[in-house]
Amino acid sequence: MAAVRVLRRAVRLCRGRAASGARPPPVPQRIEEKRRAALLGGGQARIDAQHKRGKLTARERILLLLDPDSFDEYDMFVEHRCTDFGMDSSKNKDFTVFGGSLSGAHAQKICKIMDQAAMVGAPVIGLNDSGGARIQEGVESLAGYADIFLRNVLCSGVIPQISLIMGPCAGGAVYSPALTDFTFMVKDTSYLFITGPDVVKSVTNEDVTQEQLGGAKTHTAVSGVAHRAFENDIDALLNLREFFNYLPLSNRDPAPVCECHDPSDRLVPELDTIVPSESTKAYDMLDIIHSIVDEREFFEIMPTYARNIVVGFARMNGRTVGIVGNQPKVASGCLDINSSVKGARFVRFCDAFNIPLITFVDVPGFLPGTAQEYGGIIRHGAKLLFAFAEATVPKITVITRKAYGGAYDVMSSKHLRGDVNYAWPTAEVAVMGAKGAVQIIFRGKEANAEEEYVDKFANPFPAAMRGFVDDIIQPSTTRTRICHDLDVLASKSQSSPWKKHANIPL
Amino acid sequence: MAVAGFLRWGGRRARLPGWETLCSRWCLITSHKLYSTVYDPNEKTFEKLLIANRGEIACRVIKTCKKMGIKTVAIHSDVDANAVHVKMADEAVCVGPAPTSKSYLNMDAIMEVIRKTRAQAVHPGYGFLSENKEFARRLASEGVTFIGPDTHAIQAMGDKIESKLLAKNAKVNTIPGFDGVVKDADEAVRIAREIGYPVMIKASAGGGGKGMRIAWDDEETREGFRFSSQEAASSFGDDRLLIEKFIDNPRHIEIQVLADKHGNALWLNERECSIQRRNQKVVEEAPSTFLDPETRRAMGEQAVALAKAVKYSSAGTVEFLVDSSKNFYFLEMNTRLQVEHPVTECITGLDLVQEMIRVAKGYPLRHTQADIPINGWAVECRVYAEDPYKSFGLPSIGKLSQYQEPLHVPNVRVDSGIQQGSDISIYYDPMISKLITYGSNRAEALKRMEEALDNYVIRGVAHNISLLREVIIHPRFVQGDISTKFLPEVYPDGFKGHKLTDLERRQLLATAASLYVAEQLRSQRFLGTPRIPIAKSKRSSWELSVHLGDGIYPVAVSKDGSSFSVEVDGMKLNVTSEWNLASPLLSVTIDGTQRTIQRISRNASGETSIQFLGTVYKLQILTKVAAELSKYMPEKAAEDTSSILRSPMPGTVVAVSVKPGDMVSEGQEICVIEAMKMQNSMIAAKTGKVKAVHCKAGDTVGEEDLLVELE
Repeated sequence: MAAVRVLRRAVRLCRGRAASGARPPPVPQRIEEKRRAALLGGGQARIDAQHKRGKLTARERILLLLDPDSFDEYDMFVEHRCTDFGMDSSKNKDFTVFGGSLSGAHAQKICKIMDQAAMVGAPVIGLNDSGGARIQEGVESLAGYADIFLRNVLCSGVIPQISLIMGPCAGGAVYSPALTDFTFMVKDTSYLFITGPDVVKSVTNEDVTQEQLGGAKTHTAVSGVAHRAFENDIDALLNLREFFNYLPLSNRDPAPVCECHDPSDRLVPELDTIVPSESTKAYDMLDIIHSIVDEREFFEIMPTYARNIVVGFARMNGRTVGIVGNQPKVASGCLDINSSVKGARFVRFCDAFNIPLITFVDVPGFLPGTAQEYGGIIRHGAKLLFAFAEATVPKITVITRKAYGGAYDVMSSKHLRGDVNYAWPTAEVAVMGAKGAVQIIFRGKEANAEEEYVDKFANPFPAAMRGFVDDIIQPSTTRTRICHDLDVLASKSQSSPWKKHANIPL
Repeated sequence: MAVAGFLRWGGRRARLPGWETLCSRWCLITSHKLYSTVYDPNEKTFEKLLIANRGEIACRVIKTCKKMGIKTVAIHSDVDANAVHVKMADEAVCVGPAPTSKSYLNMDAIMEVIRKTRAQAVHPGYGFLSENKEFARRLASEGVTFIGPDTHAIQAMGDKIESKLLAKNAKVNTIPGFDGVVKDADEAVRIAREIGYPVMIKASAGGGGKGMRIAWDDEETREGFRFSSQEAASSFGDDRLLIEKFIDNPRHIEIQVLADKHGNALWLNERECSIQRRNQKVVEEAPSTFLDPETRRAMGEQAVALAKAVKYSSAGTVEFLVDSSKNFYFLEMNTRLQVEHPVTECITGLDLVQEMIRVAKGYPLRHTQADIPINGWAVECRVYAEDPYKSFGLPSIGKLSQYQEPLHVPNVRVDSGIQQGSDISIYYDPMISKLITYGSNRAEALKRMEEALDNYVIRGVAHNISLLREVIIHPRFVQGDISTKFLPEVYPDGFKGHKLTDLERRQLLATAASLYVAEQLRSQRFLGTPRIPIAKSKRSSWELSVHLGDGIYPVAVSKDGSSFSVEVDGMKLNVTSEWNLASPLLSVTIDGTQRTIQRISRNASGETSIQFLGTVYKLQILTKVAAELSKYMPEKAAEDTSSILRSPMPGTVVAVSVKPGDMVSEGQEICVIEAMKMQNSMIAAKTGKVKAVHCKAGDTVGEEDLLVELE
């Protein structure tokens, strides 16, 4: 693991050493005492209680997250203003201290670290385990939150920000994870909600448990607030270590390249037959992704939310890439509100951090229906369109089968500045499927029209003739082609007109 | 013309790293060996031949046809449209949907294809229509040659009673026995003595082994008579009894015969097929360790006598049961090419498919009995997509996400009809391939088999490599001490995988820990732009804790140049390898012992599964710190499995016998699942009320799918 760096640059503090003989100097001794007390956090009893809940203390968590000897703690000596004692580690809310509730001092420590991180270009990882604002501190605590939010926003797109929710995270505290790039949760022991079950009961009279309201399952499958959930603290931290290696340290760094043992010219013969001959039959886009990327390793983001689109990180010849793919196995791979938003946010992250995008397209279109229209599929679908269009990182697109209608345009098409757009021989780039088209054009009166339409439109030629796809490739060569293209595109530089910032249809 | 002489094997290509996927394609081309048989291009033969089969046997037939210059037509079901046999054939025609009754058994459709493609002959392979006299008759009526014996022979040998009678008349040893009304116990004893002990007594009307009693002496015969005649009268209303020689601990040994239409017949030695599970062969070899030349000759001559008696032509197999005193008894004759024919080809050098085609074309055999050699030893393992831990093999389905045949191991032949990306579906036999190794003697063939099994990459479906490897290294098998009861005798509690010795366990732990460290080290190496240098010192030693089975083992790894020095159980092991973390096969040398292992999976949580000595072991590797802290992690409540019923394998629901609200008692049948020729009864694990039923008859279910919930 290269550099799990919450922050470095040690604050050099002299180690207290009890002088031999005579009167011990009071200052070193006090340093030692304070340090010892701080290391214990809220005390042994509180540590035991944390363990009993199946959770680790902040220090234990850091021990697991980071490489040995790479953590320098800041501000061990900062004290809470309203009390006489406190300890928190960098951006790591330690639940053993006052239930991890946020104090002014606490916020100050977090801000200090974030400022440093932004300055040197190091990602920020927050391990959240907090009860919310410390009511006793009143407005000072609220101000603390806002200070953190501001930094989350300022750092957004500058350094990757990751939140790992490892306990309750309620009230104002939830907005910090929401502002970061990725939010991960620990199953059964973490919760995220604005207001807890008691308040919900009194306001809306709904009976709901913490788990139902804001548990890992809710946020990874229903709300889409969290990007992934892990079994327990250790599992989560180990996965976080792995995830971290996909990311560049900041927007000034290129996508990282790891040592790779998987040959870039490896052919993938099974892809030649992976798309079923019947165009209505489903297949698993993950099979394609796994077989193409390095060593079949794919770190999927939001695997249980809006499963009709697949997004995640992988490597191609060692280089991190972001992968977006329609999933024919779920809802035929159509685009709907949730999948559009999921895809858009992922595309924007990759673009912000110089991670090339590879898009696998098999999309029959946008999902019709009142639920979608009332829900605003138009503006939500526009987000994905916006994200792909504004992205300036290398963009490679492979149309495996259907690319119908507006969804064809959206999915990283040539027209949205796609760098390399391929079609497999099974590709059908058209305004719509044969059946629908014939119904509209001929009102079902023409008997052979469907066949004719398939012959004329439901194939890759119309798009290839116009240069909208650069080549029709043998599926087994897809890995080779993409690896080569990524090498060529490594020096890609593209800019958009000057603006303060774009106005994505939120 | 003599065919003696050692086999030569197809030129093997050295495998280039990373070309695994290409290799799997090459296999199809290079896996067949060079037979010592001559393919005479001037000998007139069929112009076009249709193969009424699928999978490996279709591919096998096509290979020989190619060598003989015969054009081939493949038939396939719609799900097999991309199958290997379809790609290999010159022409391919779809004959119907997936179920075999609508495709590979659909005679009308197949006849139509024959007419359309003008195929002159049909090779039926094995199974499907290979022993269907109606099919042979219809072919004959349209003037198409059936590559196999005459309809008459198929019919005669297809009938159990008639074939036994024919065998008896041809002076073939049959199991001595009596079938009829037995007056009293004295008569039973007289019959038993005539047959010779031990004998088996049962009611004639009772099917299979039902109500079967074994008698070793007069006393037991009397007792057996009493019980069986009572049962015969009460259960079946049929007084007839069957008293038959009981063959204790039998071996299943069969003789390959080859006959032409000119009255010539040869025996091509035996195949030992005793290793079976549920009457299906798993490991076969030729020759048998058990037969001496006299017995072999006697069996061979009787087999030929039977073939001649039915005017047999083509290749056929006469199956015998052989008892521990080398007495052999006719069981049945299979009038087709057998699955395990490659072992015979290996030791005789003949291409049986070629001989079958020549015979069908009307040519006389080119060999005499004296030409038939036993050259070396050949072993065949049937590699199945099935889980050997469930009653020696329950079918598994899925996509072969990775597949690489061990063709880089010398003297290996793989007969397969699949490739990377192929689907193993519920519709057909779950056999992946036949893995055959050959050596100048048995030990050599078995050693190569071990190596071949270790180098076989099969991912995406469960497979029986672990069972096969355990069988071929088992002392009893190595000594040749086997019978058809081998598996249940050796594994009375079911197969549980390889049992690691202390040394092997240390080797596995050391390898797993070294792999973990190699992975950790690699993940710190970034190319191009350097990451911020954060670690204050370069790490060279790791303290790990490895969870394997029920044990947790502290393992210390230190990097020692290009190798790792690993301390396990207070012992130091040196582990070297190229540590290619992308290759499916990893050659590791542990203290001088070379092992080929396969890392099946790994994840960030330290969980990894490694195939070592054929068996896949699950391990979890954590740093010492993480392992110590893991004691605080909450135990996740395991699903209470007694109140839910999940499908143990993929298949089709044949019947559901309960509905919500029903009371069921423990052991009661809840539903029946059929998968690949097998019906499995699912029973309730406890007594209770049915809460919900999630399946209905006709549904297709996957492994672990929820079928029924109890309250």
